[in-house]
Amino acid sequence: MIQFELNGQSVTTDVSPDTPLLWAVRDHFKLKGSKFGCGMGLCGACTMHLDGDAIRTCVLPIAAVQGRQITTIEGLSPVDTVHQVQQAWIDHNVPQCGYCQSGQIMSASALLAQNSTPSDTEIDSAMQGNICRCGTYPRIKQAIKVAAKAIQNNSGVAYFIPEKITAKESQV
Amino acid sequence: MNNLETSRRGFLKMMTAAGGGLIVGVPLAGCANTIKPQIISESGAYKADAFIQISPSNNIHFYLPRSEMGQGVYHGLTTLIAEELFTDPDLIQVHHGHVDEAFINDEYGVQGTGGSNSIKVHYLPLRQAAANTRDALLIAASSKLGVAVSTLELRNSHIIHNGTEHPFADFIDVASQNEMPTVAALKDPKNFLFIGKDRKRIDAAAKTDGTAQFGIDVDFPGLQRAVLTRCPVRGGTVKSYSDDAAKLMPGVTAIVVIDNGVAVVAESYWQARQASNVLEIEWDLPELAQFNSSNFKQVMQAAMDEDDGNEAHKEGAGAKALVAGKTFSAEYWAPYLAHATMEPMNCTVKIEHGRCEVWLGCQAPDIAQGLVAIYAGVDRDNVTINSTFLGGGFGRRAYADYAVEATQIAKASGLPVQLIWSREDDTQNDYYRPASLVRFNASVTESGLIDTLVAKRAGPDLMPYQIDSALPAIVPSFVPLGLTEWLAERSRFVFEKLIVDEASVEGLVEDYDVPNKELRHVTVDPGLPCGAWRSVGHSSAGFFKESFIDELAFESKQDPVNFRLNNSKKDQRFHEVLRLVAEKANWSKPKYAGASQGIAAHSSFNSRAAQVAEVSVINGQITVHRIVCAIDCGLVVNPDVVKTQMEGCINFALTAALYGNIDVVEGVVQQSNFHDYPILRMDAAPEIEVYIVPSQDAPTGVGEPGVPPLAAAVANAIFVATGQRLRSLPLTLG
Repeated sequence: MIQFELNGQSVTTDVSPDTPLLWAVRDHFKLKGSKFGCGMGLCGACTMHLDGDAIRTCVLPIAAVQGRQITTIEGLSPVDTVHQVQQAWIDHNVPQCGYCQSGQIMSASALLAQNSTPSDTEIDSAMQGNICRCGTYPRIKQAIKVAAKAIQNNSGVAYFIPEKITAKESQV
Repeated sequence: MNNLETSRRGFLKMMTAAGGGLIVGVPLAGCANTIKPQIISESGAYKADAFIQISPSNNIHFYLPRSEMGQGVYHGLTTLIAEELFTDPDLIQVHHGHVDEAFINDEYGVQGTGGSNSIKVHYLPLRQAAANTRDALLIAASSKLGVAVSTLELRNSHIIHNGTEHPFADFIDVASQNEMPTVAALKDPKNFLFIGKDRKRIDAAAKTDGTAQFGIDVDFPGLQRAVLTRCPVRGGTVKSYSDDAAKLMPGVTAIVVIDNGVAVVAESYWQARQASNVLEIEWDLPELAQFNSSNFKQVMQAAMDEDDGNEAHKEGAGAKALVAGKTFSAEYWAPYLAHATMEPMNCTVKIEHGRCEVWLGCQAPDIAQGLVAIYAGVDRDNVTINSTFLGGGFGRRAYADYAVEATQIAKASGLPVQLIWSREDDTQNDYYRPASLVRFNASVTESGLIDTLVAKRAGPDLMPYQIDSALPAIVPSFVPLGLTEWLAERSRFVFEKLIVDEASVEGLVEDYDVPNKELRHVTVDPGLPCGAWRSVGHSSAGFFKESFIDELAFESKQDPVNFRLNNSKKDQRFHEVLRLVAEKANWSKPKYAGASQGIAAHSSFNSRAAQVAEVSVINGQITVHRIVCAIDCGLVVNPDVVKTQMEGCINFALTAALYGNIDVVEGVVQQSNFHDYPILRMDAAPEIEVYIVPSQDAPTGVGEPGVPPLAAAVANAIFVATGQRLRSLPLTLG
C-alpha cells in the first residue's frame, strides 16, 4: 500500500509498486489531464510536480512518491480559479492540439515558483524536456514571460499550496 | 490543392489530402439547408439543421463537422456561426460532430478533415446555415411579438425589441412550425463583429486546465486496456505464439490473436504492457522484410535511369526545349518520415447486443465507422462514433488502422477495450511520408528568365495505401471484403502503370512563368506504408523546387529574390508574398550578426507562402535564428490563429529539415522514440514573424501551406553561409 498526497488529498493505492506514477494517476485515480507521450521521460507530456519540482511521471515508479506531495494539472490552482501561467497560455493563444500543454504548464509553473525572473536561457533550459509537435514554442516563451510579470506583481492566483500538506516524508 | 489539372475529372474522382481521405464521388449531401427544422422530442431543442440547435434553456449548440487537431477549426468554424447569429463565439457550445451525411466534406465525399480546406469549404455554407437560423428566429419573433422584423435586433442569443431582450429560445416553438429560410442574406463583411478579428481560441481554456478530452482520456467502468504486439516488419502475421507467462501476469483478462499480432487485455495499461513484454511470438515475415533503406536512393536512381516514367504534366515543348550545353541539372533526396503526433494512436471500442460504440480522435470518422462495422460484424447504422479532440493529426489520423485493431481485439475478447499504442508502436507503424528522389533540368535565358523546367520524381505513391486502408469502408456494404481487397490491390497497378498520383508530383514545377515544362514520374515502392504528411507532396516538393530555383539564380548570377520576382509575374499573389517577405525580413541585411539569409516560396492548398530564414553555421553547427513568413490565404477569419498555424508549420518543417529520418533494415523501422526520432525543442526554435497579405478573396488553406518553403529557405541560407549546396534531407553539412 502506497500513500501520498495527490492535489492536497491524502490517497492510498495498492497498485504494483513499479507502476509509473502517470498510469496510477490516469488509470486508478482517473485524473486524465496528465498525458502519455513517450514512456521514456523524453517528451514531458506526463509532467507533474513532486514536492514542487517538475518531474516526468511516465518513468517514475509510484513507490518513489510514498509520503510525498504530487500536484497534477487538475490541482495547479484552486477549483474555479486559473493560475497565472494558465491565464497567460489562454491570453497568448498558446494551445493548438493541446495534448502536450498540461506538461508544458506544469514545467513552466514549477520554474516560475522557483525563479520568477527567468532569463531566456533559463526558460529554454527549464522547458527543454517538453516537446510540442504543433510547434507552439514562441508563444510558450512569451506566455512564461508574461506570467512571470504577473507573479512578480502578485496578481492573479498565487502558486497553489494545498491546504492539507503534511510533513514531508522520505520513505522511499 | 494543385494548380495542375491532371486526370482530375471523372466519376470516381480521387485525390489525396493531408487527412482528407481519398475518394470523391458525387457528394452524398449538400449543405445544411436541405434539412427541415424540427423539434427534437426528448430535449425540446430546436434543431435548425444538422449543425445548429437552440435549446429551451437558450443555449446555442454547434455540431462541428470537421475534426479539431490543433489547426483551429473548433474556433474558426464556430466563429462563422457566431457571426451570423450576432453571438459571441464563447457563448456557443461546441460538440464534435458525429457521423452524419450533412458533415461530409464536399471536396472529398467523405467526412474527412485535411487538405487545409475546412475554412474554405465551410466559409459560405456555415454562414448560410446560421443566417437561415437567424432569419427563422426573427420571423418567429416578429409574429409572436406582433412587430415588424425591421424593428428587431440581435445580440448574444437574444432578440431585442424596444430595449427588451428576448432569449432565442422564446421563439423556437414558432420557428419550428415554419418552413426554414434557405437564402437568408449574409452579413456585409464591413459589419463583421468577429470574423477578421484577433480573438482567443474558445478551446484554449480546456486545453490549459487538463479538461479537454482526447481519445486516450476516454474511460468508463469495466473498460479494459489493450496492448498489441505487432510483427517488427509491417504486414507480418503470427506464425505461433506462447502466452504461458503472459496470462499469469497480474490484471490480465484476455489474450487474443488478431490480423496484426497478439493483444494483451488487462485492467490497466501498465499491466497490459508488462504482460505483453513476456509474450513469445514467431512471425511469418512479409516481402517487406527484404527492404533496406540504406541503398534506396541508388535503387531509385537506377529506376529513373532505366524508366522514362509516366507523363504527369507538359507545357510548351517540354523537355525537348532544353538547350544542349546550357542545361543545368541537380538531384535531390528526401527520406521517409514519421508523423509523431504527441498523442499516440488509440481507440476505445465496446461491442454489445449487436451495437458497437467507438471513441476516438480521427480525421475521417465515417471511414472509421465503415471499417469498425466490417470488423465488428454489425450494421454500419449500429456503429456510433464518438469523436474527441485529436492530440495532433498531420495526416496520420486519416488512416483508421488503429480503430480496426481495437475493434478486432474487442470482438475477439468480448470485452470493452481501449487500445493504446506506445510511442514505439506509433513510430514504427506509421503511414510514412514517402522517400523521394527528384531530378531537375532547366535552361535559363541570357536575361535570367527560366525557359524550360523539367522534373522527374521517383518514389512510392500514397494512393494505393489510402485505397487499401479505406476502400472497404466506403464501398457499399453488399460488396464482400474479399472483393474490396482485390480492388485495392488492383489500384497499385493503376498508379504504377496508368496514371500519376497527384500527391507524388504536386508542387514540383509550379509557381514560375516557364513556357516549357515537363513533369514525369516513376513509381518505386518497396511496400512500406505511406501516407499524407502535413502538406503531403508539397512538403518535400517545396524543398526540391525552391532549392533548385535558388541554384538557377546562382548559376545565372542573379539575386535569389529578384530572380524569383522576375520569373513570377503571372501569379500576382505569389509575386506579392515574395516581395512582402523580402521587405519585412530586410533582405540581404540579416538581423542577427554574422547570420546568412535564404529565401523560398511555394503555393499549396490555394494559398501562397514565402519565408526568409536567418541561419548561422558555426563549427559545423546549424543554428536557425529567425524565420520571417508572408502568407496569402485569402480572407482571414482569425488573424492570430493564422499566425499560430504559420508558427506551427515552420517548427514542424524545421524538425524535418534538421532531424527527420526513418531508416529501414530488413523491413524493420529502426527509429522508435524521441531519442532517435528527435523533435525540435524550445532551445532550437527560431524567432518567427508572420505577415498576412490583406485580402477579401475567398479563404484558402492555412494548416499546411507554411510547411513547404521552410527547408529550402534554411538550405539556401546555409549555401550563402558555407558555399555548400545541401541537396538531401535532413540537412547535414559535409
